[in-house]
Amino acid sequence: MKKKALVVSAAGAVLALALSACGGGGTETPAAEGGGTSAPAAAGAAGFNAGLENVTNPSDKKGGTLKMAVTEDWDSVDPGDTYYGMSWNLLRIYGRPLVTYNPAPGAKGRELVPDLAESLGQMSDEGKTWTYKLRAGLKFEDGSPITSKDVKYAVLRQLDKKTFVNGPTYFNDWLDLPKDFESVYTTPDVNTDSAIETPDDSTIVFHLNKPYAGFDNFAALPATVPVPQAKDTGIKYRDHVIASGPYKFETVEAGKTYTLVRNEQWDQATDPVRKALPDKYEISLGVEGNDLDNRIIAGDLHVDIAGSGVQPAALGTIQTTPELKERADNPVAARTWYISILGDVPPLDNIECRKAVILASDRVGLQNAYGGQLAGDIATSLMPPSIGGWKKLDLFPTASGDEAKAKEALTACGQPNGFETTMTFRADRPKEVAAAESMQQALAKVGIKLTLKGFPTSEYFTAYAGKPAYTKANGIGLATNGWGADWNDGFGFLSQIIDSRTIREAGNYNLSIKDPAVDALVDQAFAEQDTAARDAIWGQADQKVMEGAYVLPAVYAKGLLIRGKGVTNQFITGAFDMYDYLALGVQ
Amino acid sequence: MTAPLDVSGGDLKATPESVAEGAGAKAIQGRSLGQIAWMRLKRDKVALTGAGVIIFLIIVAVFAPLIVGWFGHPPNQFNQDMIDTMTMTPKGGTGISWDYLFGVEPLNGRDLFSRVVYGARISLLIAFFATLLSVVIGTTMGIIAGYFGGWVDTIISRLMDVFLAFPVLVFAMALVGVLGQFETQLKVQGDTLRILLLIFVIGFFNWGYIGRIIRGQTLSLREREFVDASRSLGARGPYILFREILPNLIAPILIYATLLIPTNVLFEAALSFLGVGIQPPTATWGGMLAAATKYYTVPHFMFFPGMAIFITVLAFNLFGDGLRDALDPRAGR
Repeated sequence: MKKKALVVSAAGAVLALALSACGGGGTETPAAEGGGTSAPAAAGAAGFNAGLENVTNPSDKKGGTLKMAVTEDWDSVDPGDTYYGMSWNLLRIYGRPLVTYNPAPGAKGRELVPDLAESLGQMSDEGKTWTYKLRAGLKFEDGSPITSKDVKYAVLRQLDKKTFVNGPTYFNDWLDLPKDFESVYTTPDVNTDSAIETPDDSTIVFHLNKPYAGFDNFAALPATVPVPQAKDTGIKYRDHVIASGPYKFETVEAGKTYTLVRNEQWDQATDPVRKALPDKYEISLGVEGNDLDNRIIAGDLHVDIAGSGVQPAALGTIQTTPELKERADNPVAARTWYISILGDVPPLDNIECRKAVILASDRVGLQNAYGGQLAGDIATSLMPPSIGGWKKLDLFPTASGDEAKAKEALTACGQPNGFETTMTFRADRPKEVAAAESMQQALAKVGIKLTLKGFPTSEYFTAYAGKPAYTKANGIGLATNGWGADWNDGFGFLSQIIDSRTIREAGNYNLSIKDPAVDALVDQAFAEQDTAARDAIWGQADQKVMEGAYVLPAVYAKGLLIRGKGVTNQFITGAFDMYDYLALGVQ
Repeated sequence: MTAPLDVSGGDLKATPESVAEGAGAKAIQGRSLGQIAWMRLKRDKVALTGAGVIIFLIIVAVFAPLIVGWFGHPPNQFNQDMIDTMTMTPKGGTGISWDYLFGVEPLNGRDLFSRVVYGARISLLIAFFATLLSVVIGTTMGIIAGYFGGWVDTIISRLMDVFLAFPVLVFAMALVGVLGQFETQLKVQGDTLRILLLIFVIGFFNWGYIGRIIRGQTLSLREREFVDASRSLGARGPYILFREILPNLIAPILIYATLLIPTNVLFEAALSFLGVGIQPPTATWGGMLAAATKYYTVPHFMFFPGMAIFITVLAFNLFGDGLRDALDPRAGR
């Protein structure tokens, strides 16, 4: 349940509102020139942060080519094999899940709306059975009809985590699967009706092994994007994903470019969610970060798919240039950067020593390490504010470190002169390097000596920080960490990172929280049917984690995104905390 | 340098050149090769400048704590009051002042001057010892191959080919990554481990070049009359190798060592740039350059470590060239 963020941040893009000088020829808006601070256009908002709550540069004009880019490749364009937020956002232009997020600015973007399905799920059997009816007239790009069997097949195929290593395992964990079912490839003949039934071509029924009132969140996962069994080529399906949405792949050059053109079989009448404005999408991969920012600023590119913010260099440029700042948005993401405090190795097994680490740390310094005020707000807990049930905790001071209190805690822990421990971080992430350096500086003031050890991101959780055998043998006390919500509720954010029962031999994201009281709260939350009560329980769990001093929260991540020139309908969706990729158009 | 043996030294000393050097009012004096080389070197202003810079760099590296104590701030100390918290770049663009001679780093405001000075320690330390390692391995292998010839030569020469053909940078990255995991087994930690690793990786994969040169020189030396003479007097292999041939190889060894050092400075910078070098927060020039690429709008961050590498490499190259001219009587001037 991690939605990975691309390390290399980048900017989104959109319109340069009314006075965009790039219009060229034709219909020129007689907007006031000079500085760009002149009165914003009446239709739609403009200016700094305008995209947070408003649709900027609204338009229904069709046509044009939308140019998107990203600094590195993401895991896959196969809806069953991807775990990046940007990919989940983007794939909806060529794939349609059962339900999806409302393309609307801000918190409204978190609402679920039916997509392939006629309506949201019908719950029965106290939340263990969920039924969806498909719309009429749905077609794949080859003209064949989309049936409930294609959805069932899509969900079943991605359960095979040996073939599709990316993506969440919610369906694996919650579907009532028969014991002898392994994978659609190795055991194709096993009857899976106990998990998913398709009584007719337009009805699909999911059976869960335990009740879950929020199943629509599962139905919104890319896993429900239909895949025709006849066209499935396993891991190679990513080379030619069969489109169910308004666009289909024209060229696929892995790691370099994708181009998508209109899917003529898609019918607007079946799709109230998408506007499908551009004629074509051009997606470039592996564009150097600074180059990408500059090209969006210049208008040569429209959108940075990563949607996690511009590079440090552009951060300065945008803020000091009023015209650019007008085009920028600074959304808070459902993501927290934090430092796990591993209690396996003495003296950190003592809560007072863990508290000393938190008290001595320079919270402002950490915020700066992660990029300063525009890159994050100082965090007081693990769960970010956009998640239901969040409450502001005040357990620890959030200033530049409280040496006196830290010393007290150290004395209480029996280590009045401090101690030595090791901190790991992802060496290829400059922000985590800076965070580790900041910790080293701050903790040294109270006598806690940190040795820093950097590891490559690709092996960080599988071989080092996420492998208890390694952390115990090497005396790892602190480890940089970060987590983003799969969807914005306590389940989507907390369940994988605070539940001690998820800890395995390697590849853990929960590095430090092993508390029976927290586990009990997780179980309570799973069982609770009422949304408000459930949110409150997640809030309690969040507080328990902080009371145990298992983590040092650094920042609730923010990103400085920049809207592209000449892009219409650009706004931040609360579902992904980046620009929504369904509504975009080109002027 | 003294000539290896009186018998052989005689013919070398009496070169017409040494006579010419000594021409003047004074009586004609015999001069050793070393004296001649030193005289030539003294006349080479460019090489002397290079040598001066090298000595300066070594002093800077050795006395880094003192220098930083007088002119700077501790290299790893954050000075966040120097940073504009909105753009995360230094206030006023660079932060250069009498207090911060080279300005400060973006993000955390560390004193660039101190970091460049401390960076010299790592760069020079690794470059010197890696070169030493290359020279020791290369000379040993080259002299053995050249002197014994035959199948020994064949094997060692092919081995050199292998090392010369190796994609060293890629392999070094992998090796540093792999060996870095064995901290508990290797009983060394942190920077010490990384420095030793880098010395090993850089030194071990660069001996092929020097090995070839030494082999070639040995091949020609072993046919010389003074070697024949000493052999006819009953000298055996080891004696001839170390007392007859090796002293005559000092010149090429010195020259190539001097020219290898800047290569190794660059190699270390490249590894640090790629993130497999020394761990943060320890300052290295390559590491600073890597960090600076994120901040191209703050050019001084890249300028100072870049200049440090540039000056070091240039100084060693100039001195190495001068040394070659001075030591090699046949080189045209």
